[in-house]
Amino acid sequence: MVFQYPMISVQACLDGILLGILFALIAYGMALQWGVMNIINIAQGDLVILGGYIAYFMYLYGIHPAWGVIVSPIIMYFVGIAIYKLVINKVVDRDLFISILATFGISILFMQLMNFAFGADVVLANSDYGTTMLFDSNVVLPNSKIFSAFISILFAICLVIYMKKSKLGRAIRATAQNARAAKILGVDTEKVYAATFGINAALCGVAGALISITFTIHPYMGLPYTIRSFMIVIVAGLGNLPGVAMSGMGLGVFEEFADYILGTEFRIGSVFLLLVLILVYRRFKLSRKREYLK
Amino acid sequence: MNRNNLILYIGILIFGIAAPFIFPAFKVQLSILCVLIVLATTWNIQGGEMGYNSFGNILFYGLGMYLCASVQVGMFFPLAEWTESGGEKTFVHTPAQFFQGMAVGLVVAAVVPTIVAGLIGYSILGLRGHYFAICTLGLGVAAGEISGGIEIIGAGQGFTTPPFPDVGNLESRGEFFYFLSFFVLILTFIAVRGIYSTRFKLILNAIRDNEDKAEAMGIETMKYKIVGWMISAFFCGLAGGIMGGLVGYIDSTDVAFDGREMGVFMVLMAILGGKGTLWGPIIGATVFHIFKEGFWTFFLGWQYVALGVLIVVIVIYFPEGIMGWLREKYPQRFGEVIDEKDRKAQVELK
Repeated sequence: MVFQYPMISVQACLDGILLGILFALIAYGMALQWGVMNIINIAQGDLVILGGYIAYFMYLYGIHPAWGVIVSPIIMYFVGIAIYKLVINKVVDRDLFISILATFGISILFMQLMNFAFGADVVLANSDYGTTMLFDSNVVLPNSKIFSAFISILFAICLVIYMKKSKLGRAIRATAQNARAAKILGVDTEKVYAATFGINAALCGVAGALISITFTIHPYMGLPYTIRSFMIVIVAGLGNLPGVAMSGMGLGVFEEFADYILGTEFRIGSVFLLLVLILVYRRFKLSRKREYLK
Repeated sequence: MNRNNLILYIGILIFGIAAPFIFPAFKVQLSILCVLIVLATTWNIQGGEMGYNSFGNILFYGLGMYLCASVQVGMFFPLAEWTESGGEKTFVHTPAQFFQGMAVGLVVAAVVPTIVAGLIGYSILGLRGHYFAICTLGLGVAAGEISGGIEIIGAGQGFTTPPFPDVGNLESRGEFFYFLSFFVLILTFIAVRGIYSTRFKLILNAIRDNEDKAEAMGIETMKYKIVGWMISAFFCGLAGGIMGGLVGYIDSTDVAFDGREMGVFMVLMAILGGKGTLWGPIIGATVFHIFKEGFWTFFLGWQYVALGVLIVVIVIYFPEGIMGWLREKYPQRFGEVIDEKDRKAQVELK
């Protein structure tokens, strides 16, 4: 099917790349907190969905949802700080499994609170951006997807510059390298951790607002986003931004093709299966390296 | 085994046999408790003793559940037509067929997950730490999503297990499932207790404490890890098969591969009771089940919010669990001798 109708492949590729840029933005937040605080945040996807609901509510009250891209990260930053103060600061220097389980608890909590607050319907914020036709209108691209990819790239570039140039950015990078040394040299690591988690939540807010414009959101859809970002980070490695972008796009393309070939009901399943396969592949690669060292 | 222990075991056994007659209204709850204890105890083999924190034991549980029900139906009737008819019963099992199917189904439900665990064990158990945890989480969710797309086992609309046959006594369904699950519980306890008194447990502990060192000492860690996982899978599959019959309805993501609920419960119960102890998961499961049922009744609708808060609180404030707390408080009971001088010195240091 894919080879018979090349336009479907083009469509899937373009869709996948635009989607993948969004995934890469979420994964960048994941990599940030993983690198700096050494925690894996299972609630990442739920923060994304919460950010999406903020944009959706702006849409309900008659404001154009694109403004959610600015409002949502601001609100989510404070949500992130609150989560850090309540839970995360108690698990930062503990076993990684504790952080996984604790954030799993937060994830369940958020999922259910969102279900109560916003209802269990699948919603989207309509942006009225129209569509772009390519190749004799064989390939249809909604402008909202192009807009969201553009905004994601913009935010990623801003963040990279901020990390390189600003004082807080340098403090965050120093803490990621060696928290103890940073502390000795006068970096308030507690503040750095809080800011990192806040920035991560803000990134999730941006991504969520964009997802609510381009796709749909639902209270229970958070976990797949966590798994996707985890997958992107382990494929790309920590602190490798081009790698994150590339593997994000690769994942997006994979998903679109899985959607076309296997059917929509297996889409999420194939993402999780891909995660297992990637981890297993990684394990065999590493074990070969270990044998070589022996 | 000393005399006190023997009295304790006999007491529990008598209580277990008498329980459905003392509390006739709670038979289903007691059966679920037995299943929960089995799940927590077998999770503890990985999470507690081996140090491999798995979210994926739900895979074997769900697999067992689907297998048991499918075999029970498929032995006598065409499976596809059964699932298509949904709730309407065009086929009825006779009592003999039901029990025969259940027996064969449980055997299959125990054996197939064990084989699956053995097959995937080599690739999955090579992962360490959090990679293992996330990978098994992915396995559980993937299994749920994929089984939700397969037509012959009911796809998204679920699969009704055969109803309990009419044997002339209304109470017999509850009693049958209670004694079945209690039997599996005893089986699990004996097996796990047996394992924990052998060299096998020491090897598992060595893997937990330092896997590379254990390997360097000449232990084939991979072999023991796979065997440990297969033991868990065996009992998880059995528990799943019983639970499927008990609930009477199998849904791919809400009942069978319910990583959000049962998959977390087994981890939580083991941690609440105390990881890496024989009695910890049992105490943890009992406390958790009582608490959960009480909470679920009073805070209907808010149960998942409560569950989320509970997970966070337990993980942050009680990572050692009830047994760990007892051990710290009464170390003598656990056969630990405390050097008073050393203790004083440590207090002064603090």
